[in-house]
Amino acid sequence: MAAPATLLLSDGTVYRGRSIGAAGERVGEVCFNTSITGYQEILTDPSYHGQMVCMTYPLIGNYGVNSADCESLRPQVRGFLIKELARLHSNFRAELSLGEYLQQHDVVAMEGLDTRALTRKLRMSGNQMGILSTVDDDPAALQAKLDAAPRYVGVDLVRHVTTAEPYVWSGQLGLLTKPKGTAQKQLTLFDLADDPATPAYRHRVVCLDCGVKFNSLRELAARDCQVTVVPAATTAAEILALQPDGVYLSNGPGDPEPLTYIHETVRQLMAAELPLFGICLGHQMLGCAVGGRTYKLKFGHRGGNQPVMDRETGHVEITSQNHGFAVDPDALEGTGMVITHHNLNDGTIEGMRHERLPVFSVQYHPEASPGPHDANYLFDRFLDAMERRRGD
Amino acid sequence: MPKREDIQKVLIIGSGPIVIGQACEFDYSGTQACKALKEEGYTVILANSNPATIMTDPEFADRTYIEPLTPQYLEQIIAVERPDVLLPTLGGQTGLNLAYTLAREGVLDRYGVELIGANYDAIHTAEDREAFREAMQEVGIECCKSVMVSTVEEGLRHIEAIGLPVILRPSFTLGGTGGGIAYNIDEFKEMLEHGLACSPVTTVLMEESVLGWKEYELEVMRDLKDNVVIICSIENFDPMGVHTGDSITVAPAQTLTDREYQNLRDQSIRCIRRIGVDTGGSNIQFAVCPDTGRVRIIEMNPRVSRSSALASKATGFPIAKIAAKLAVGYTLDEIPNDITRETPASFEPTIDYCVVKIPRWAFEKFPGSDPTLTVQMKSVGEAMAIGRTFKEALQKGLRSLEIDRYGFGGDGKDLQEVPSAELRRNLRNPNPDRIFYLRYALQEGWSLDDLFDITKIDRWFLSNLAELVAEDEALRRTLRERGSLDAAEVERLKQLGFSDYQLAKASGQRQSVFRQQRLAAGVQAVYKLVDTCAAEFEAFTPYYYSTYESEDEVRDSPKPRILILGGGPNRIGQGIEFDYCCVHAAMALSEDGYETVMVNSNPETVSTDYDTSDRLYFEPLTREDVLNIVERERPVGVIVQFGGQTPLRLVKQLEAAGVPIIGTSPDSIDRAEDRKRFAEMLDKLGLSQTPNGTARSVEEAVECAAKIGYPVLVRPSFVLGGRAMALVYSEPQLQRYMALAVEASPEHPVLIDKFLEDAIEVDVDAISDGQQVVVAGIMEHIEEAGIHSGDSTCALPPYTLVDGQIDEIRRQTVLLAKELGVIGLLNIQYAIRHDKVYVLEVNPRASRTVPFVSKAIGVPLAKLAARVMSGKSLREVGFTREIWPDHVSVKEPVFPFAKFPGVDPVLGPEMRSTGEVMGIDRTFGASFFKAYEASGQRLPSSGTVFISVKNADKRNIIMVAKQFENLGFRIVSTDGTGAVLERNGIAVHELLKVSEGRPNVVDMIKNGEIDLIIDTPSGDAAKADHHLIRKEALRRNIPTITTLAAAMAAVQGITAEREQPCGVRALQEYHSELVRRH
Repeated sequence: MAAPATLLLSDGTVYRGRSIGAAGERVGEVCFNTSITGYQEILTDPSYHGQMVCMTYPLIGNYGVNSADCESLRPQVRGFLIKELARLHSNFRAELSLGEYLQQHDVVAMEGLDTRALTRKLRMSGNQMGILSTVDDDPAALQAKLDAAPRYVGVDLVRHVTTAEPYVWSGQLGLLTKPKGTAQKQLTLFDLADDPATPAYRHRVVCLDCGVKFNSLRELAARDCQVTVVPAATTAAEILALQPDGVYLSNGPGDPEPLTYIHETVRQLMAAELPLFGICLGHQMLGCAVGGRTYKLKFGHRGGNQPVMDRETGHVEITSQNHGFAVDPDALEGTGMVITHHNLNDGTIEGMRHERLPVFSVQYHPEASPGPHDANYLFDRFLDAMERRRGD
Repeated sequence: MPKREDIQKVLIIGSGPIVIGQACEFDYSGTQACKALKEEGYTVILANSNPATIMTDPEFADRTYIEPLTPQYLEQIIAVERPDVLLPTLGGQTGLNLAYTLAREGVLDRYGVELIGANYDAIHTAEDREAFREAMQEVGIECCKSVMVSTVEEGLRHIEAIGLPVILRPSFTLGGTGGGIAYNIDEFKEMLEHGLACSPVTTVLMEESVLGWKEYELEVMRDLKDNVVIICSIENFDPMGVHTGDSITVAPAQTLTDREYQNLRDQSIRCIRRIGVDTGGSNIQFAVCPDTGRVRIIEMNPRVSRSSALASKATGFPIAKIAAKLAVGYTLDEIPNDITRETPASFEPTIDYCVVKIPRWAFEKFPGSDPTLTVQMKSVGEAMAIGRTFKEALQKGLRSLEIDRYGFGGDGKDLQEVPSAELRRNLRNPNPDRIFYLRYALQEGWSLDDLFDITKIDRWFLSNLAELVAEDEALRRTLRERGSLDAAEVERLKQLGFSDYQLAKASGQRQSVFRQQRLAAGVQAVYKLVDTCAAEFEAFTPYYYSTYESEDEVRDSPKPRILILGGGPNRIGQGIEFDYCCVHAAMALSEDGYETVMVNSNPETVSTDYDTSDRLYFEPLTREDVLNIVERERPVGVIVQFGGQTPLRLVKQLEAAGVPIIGTSPDSIDRAEDRKRFAEMLDKLGLSQTPNGTARSVEEAVECAAKIGYPVLVRPSFVLGGRAMALVYSEPQLQRYMALAVEASPEHPVLIDKFLEDAIEVDVDAISDGQQVVVAGIMEHIEEAGIHSGDSTCALPPYTLVDGQIDEIRRQTVLLAKELGVIGLLNIQYAIRHDKVYVLEVNPRASRTVPFVSKAIGVPLAKLAARVMSGKSLREVGFTREIWPDHVSVKEPVFPFAKFPGVDPVLGPEMRSTGEVMGIDRTFGASFFKAYEASGQRLPSSGTVFISVKNADKRNIIMVAKQFENLGFRIVSTDGTGAVLERNGIAVHELLKVSEGRPNVVDMIKNGEIDLIIDTPSGDAAKADHHLIRKEALRRNIPTITTLAAAMAAVQGITAEREQPCGVRALQEYHSELVRRH
């Protein structure tokens, strides 16, 4: 019988279930994701740094875990909350079970709770901090520990997930192999730091890594781009020294406002009139950089079914999203930014572009993974911007 | 884009009668479409021959044509109504094919009617296999290797390249009719020939087999701005090789990674764009290789389908309604999601539960048919269940089927000691019971790999089954060791979907006792919402399913509630008619200010649409599940009269649990069903019954039958649609029957009735408020008594009864209704022989004929009955006088014989029809002609008629033959009948019997030289010749009449049609005429 696990929210609500990951105790912001497929991509998405994710779809782990679907080198979530973990996974690409993967990477996780009740709670109360424990089940003790834990608003979470050193994306991802001397399969990247010199490429793209998902890099590489991934604190001068054709402002975790060093970088890159493509946190930072501001949504958008309208074409795309903050439309007045996309569910800003510069961004994830590929065209748009600049 | 203002009249074609492969899901979709378009202010013109549908209720369309669904009638309707557009995508394959034909033949152009939703090219590309292949190739989607052939020789030339086994799919057929998998060359030749005969365009696709691959379906919607969304993904539990309609299916897909799922999504979007379905829903099927992930597209339905109905119920997203709105110009982002109200329909539903659909078959009705499941659909209905896990949903689904199983085994009904060969056979060959054989195999310790190898069912599913078996074993161990379960254990088992029935059985308790203890321990069901969005937004539509978790979401309301128990999965004998009644009850009682609560498990129905009732519980209709809802909802009344046998079976248990049943009392229901009490009542009232008896053993049966005198009608005491009922002419036949019937219902004795030969059967529907009784409809059967009333053709008003007989029937009906204290509906079956009226059966509940009668007399009987049951008088609801229409309505059954090769298509006391059609016109002849045509076979106006009748019919056939001769028909026959006709001055061309050499009668049928067959089988075992004739006629779709009475009606029909070709007239016109007259 699995060990019991307990989740306590900051408002004191307790959910009980069974441990399916590592033993331990974690504090994080509790949020929910409504994607039916893609738990592995969600687990490894660096934007979830500091968050515990509750999957609203109840049956998780059905197809196991494989190396090709990782969005970073390790699970990033602070905790994982599901209704039922598959006892047996079944998929021709599976290499590990989800339970094994969680345990190997020391992720505290729980199954057996009423995930719908938790989701409804979060929808009504807004996201809350929570503490998930397999070692303590006393609500009072858990509450005390939770109360003492720091909050996220105004905190820079990017520094925890950005790459330490620049690297060139080789497009070659490692396998869940057994490294020498260990019994367990693990995921590693081949030659991460070395430049295997992408054979032939047309554009040189610098990705400002605030917690980038591998699939962004895959999408760019698939379009003949050589992608240099640089730490979030890289300055504009350092980036310009790499002579990029364009800069990709990646997704990432947490509040965009405290990331003033990145706002500054973005401003300088804009001044250099480089094509800029921001997604998610990158979009929010662009908003901040031009003088706008952001605000925290009640419970955010996390899932693969968010309808977004492209205001220029009237077309609706179904998008993959994961964000808790949004750009405030009122503060965009006079910044030179034009709203290009909005969310059909709640009207929030989903995309913008500069009226003059080759700068644009979206709040959602055109790289999908998980989620629909409807917004994939945005990478082409970025490429077009780089082509145009080259033509000038 | 806003809706189109350049159009005003929209024509919708329904799907006609319920047949295998096309059931009430198209009433659901059509009804939604009618409602949606009327709401938008369009004039809706509807054509559908099926009277049992909600959509043909006069208020759902502006002009309703209950006419045969053929191009000729449709053209007449178009000529009269001059619609601007035709929406072809909501009436199943029938509607689509008709629209396609009308377009191809230039009818639409001639009248300036535009096809909306899917145009001619799109339909062609999706339906024509070659065009489809090419189109898919263009957009980089792989199809299976295949070739289209139109002769057997051509097929033989290609078989080497394709390889065996090969899948055969005839073009333009429903539910895969005539298709199959051929494993060897002989089988291939035979099946190809059959398939070519079934295809209206005589082409069959030979396709490389992807047997054993995983099967997926995606429900896709597209709007005029080219926005595409996926509503739902479905994974088939049974891999490729079993028709999806015969597969257990699960939503959403369970074993695809996001990458693989998105790949299918991308392909679906490319597919719908390339096919060019402008707006609306399509269903796309894929096969995925379990070892490599390689994908092949199997087919694309450019229309709303059975799976669309399932997807709608599984997600809460009303596909048909949205499809209708898209067709008239709206885009997805302009249509609000009813459930969340604030978000638009341009999103993809996400769900936080698991949905399992399980088909229901009726092989017991077709002895001699092969219960192996293949690419041709054979199931007659389905149940859907929702749970938080697959295990829970599967167990709920199995107990929803009403096959006397209460979960995944462990209900005391498992087979004991299954021989290994039998086990292997049942695992390898998909069949209705395979799910239980999987249990037996797991119990015997089969490994998942071995099970996978033999079944190709994905290991994830198998692993879930194994968990259930392990839980069941653990539970029994605990009970052995400790004698009882603690609350936590019970809760856990309930979360896994175990029923009280299973758990009580395991613990050796009565179910009611177990339930008491469970509730006392605080383990009770909670209800969660189906909300399209996994709780991300607030939901406003109360659509619930039960589970065992911490939070219940049912909202309280101050209004008094009435619970309506639905009919569960469709089966033969219980189908759409009962759903129709339930829907009416909901509509009427909502209007009266009640909050209506619907309980049902059938995803095809209108009753399970979230806006039919005020609250919907998608739940099994078992004692446990119903009591749980009653306890949660505390209704002031529960209606059991409308859902057919399903709720009636629960009456005693519900009453014992203190449930307030409204309408006719359970005691009265029992009085009508209990033989002894029934006989006493008839005695008391001085009414006659046919001589009868009851037998509990073979000896008793033989003795009883001898006393009554053969022929006798025998059946088990508890029947549904004449299940296991037989007409028996001799003792040996009786002996044979007893062996089967006793097995059919072990707890109940066998009933034996004297069979009245050559009696006229009459069906009466009436309504009573306890004080007053009003006869609603008197229907005279065309076939003589002895043929199941559900399989008989009948006419309203009666066409041969005289006033005295009718008055006597009225008198008896009133007497019986009053004696039983009926409140609500009542159906009585009478037989009239030599002017004497016998009461055959009294059903104090809604009958199969209620919708037919309602449409014939223009009165919504079920609505009135529901209001009467809630306490109103007939005077208050405004129905106090019988209506006697000037027009004649004929109801004609439709049979699935074509799906069951080898079964003799002869009518008998066992009901075998799946659906019905209605013909309505001025005279009996014309109405009969139309009804016959609507049922799928047109009576010829000229040509050759083959006549062969049993001796008892020889006298009467002379007049019939004479009339055919006068109409200019050529008459052909074989010896006996031919001689009699010749002696009576009728020119007959005599044919050889099959046994006499060639060319014989079967050759002539094969050559298409015979246009009509009248062949009445002699009572005892039908002769081989006749069997062959009927079988061949069935294959060639040649009208075949098997009773003398029907032959007489047919000749009247042909005469009427020859005098004046049948016209069309809207139901609303017939009804307004009735109103003027009354």
